[in-house]
Amino acid sequence: MTPEEICTRLKSAFDTQILEFRGDLLDPYVRVASSAICRISAFLRDEEDLLFDTVMCLSGVDYPPEHLTVVYHLYSIIRRHRIVLKTDLPRDCPRLSSVEGVWPAASWHEREAYDLLGIVFEGHSDLRRILLPDDWEGHPLRKDYSVPEFYNGMKIEV
Amino acid sequence: MAQLKTEEMVLNMGPQHPSTHGVLRLQITTDGEVVVDAVPHIGYLHRCFEKHAENIDYPGIIPFADRMDYVASMNQEFGYVVAIEKLLGIEVPERVDYIRVIMAELNRIASHLVAFGTYGLDTGAFTPFLFAFRERERILDIFESACGARLLYNYMWIGGLSHDLPQGAEEAITEFLNYFEPKIKEYNDLLSYNRIFIKRTANVGILPADMAVSYAVSGPNLRGSGVRWDLRRDEPYSVYDRFEFDIPVGRGEQGTTGDCWDRYMVRIHEMEQSVGIIRQALAGLPDGDVSAAIPRRIRPPKSGDVYVRTETPKGELGYYIVANAEGSDVPWRVKIKSPCFVALSVLRDISRGAMVADMVAIVGSLDIVLGEIDR
Repeated sequence: MTPEEICTRLKSAFDTQILEFRGDLLDPYVRVASSAICRISAFLRDEEDLLFDTVMCLSGVDYPPEHLTVVYHLYSIIRRHRIVLKTDLPRDCPRLSSVEGVWPAASWHEREAYDLLGIVFEGHSDLRRILLPDDWEGHPLRKDYSVPEFYNGMKIEV
Repeated sequence: MAQLKTEEMVLNMGPQHPSTHGVLRLQITTDGEVVVDAVPHIGYLHRCFEKHAENIDYPGIIPFADRMDYVASMNQEFGYVVAIEKLLGIEVPERVDYIRVIMAELNRIASHLVAFGTYGLDTGAFTPFLFAFRERERILDIFESACGARLLYNYMWIGGLSHDLPQGAEEAITEFLNYFEPKIKEYNDLLSYNRIFIKRTANVGILPADMAVSYAVSGPNLRGSGVRWDLRRDEPYSVYDRFEFDIPVGRGEQGTTGDCWDRYMVRIHEMEQSVGIIRQALAGLPDGDVSAAIPRRIRPPKSGDVYVRTETPKGELGYYIVANAEGSDVPWRVKIKSPCFVALSVLRDISRGAMVADMVAIVGSLDIVLGEIDR
């Protein structure tokens, strides 16, 4: 199925939760409401003609000053089609549901997005830092991040 | 009468450990000799690649991409330049594509030789390690003659290559292939069908196919579970669609489909297939100028992002590159989806009920490189 057809299926099932579709780009994407991400994910995985059985990549992107975006690249090995979902979150409170229950692959990717960008995935079984030390402060991939002066009493040489 | 209770013990395997293939810490909860839970802790080799990439221009990121999976650098570069060329709409000359495939497949052989040799070392066989590294030295000599470096090449540039193949390289590669092909039988005689090795790896760390797909495992780990999925054939990039090669999958020959032996054997068979691909590429190698399409100055797009994935020896490597909306020389965001990162996330679920000694066999069969996991 082409991205347009997938978007049409999504629109017929979720209507107002599908905010935007950009089909003119290199990688067409569907922008969805963050509150519906879990239901949309389950729909994409379970519908017979969609069957998105794997999430290729889950990343967070920082777009100051407005919002953070979570980008889901989904693929179906059975149906051989792909789709990109994007969802925007407010910078002061970036929370959305985890899709770990839908695709276990999302588990570690969400931990990484939490670690580096501070996006909180509600319902995640084990949301803690993965790449940085457990007691690190701050979320480095944010555009307004500045390296702290000291870490555990040791001066950080810049 | 009081209940006799065996207490669970929490052990640390790593971060300094000869068998964890890098700085990996496994927090293993054991009930006697049996593993109840194994939690991987990573991040000891985190070098802030993604943050660096937001401050360096597009060609300057290539050496950084090398250093992620340092065992198979050509493939890391390949993925990156294919992604950027798609983003910028650059077409490369045919000769460049053929040479890239040759280099990537040679590096695939080298990476699988490391996996094979160190896996033997992990399970107690010392000889195959030296055999594998002796072959690998010859591959590294070829790379050194092409670009000056043995391990971290900075060879594939956006739009072309840094250097053309030197004089005599094609003969050297053909000579290597003729020398290497019979060695694979030697490896099978030495290690693959060795009774002790089979006892240590068959029926251990079984990864069912549906679990592998839902965890987005890829590469030899996925093919070891019986799923015949290879990006070089199913989503071809560069000139891979011009070559004929088989996709080996695990069939549970010595135990169950998806056990450690299957994953290991897929890598051995893949080395044979890579030899075939390189021979075909050399036979069809066209003439041309490898630096013809390298732009003098990268003209970055104003907007847009792209996700491109390629088949590296470890699995499916994905680059998600977001261009800067102001058209700057520097990308806005570069996210790498690392195949070893995904493979390690499945470790917890496939090692329940294994014995402590089996943990080494399972970690070795996933063929992880911490440089790529931690970036």
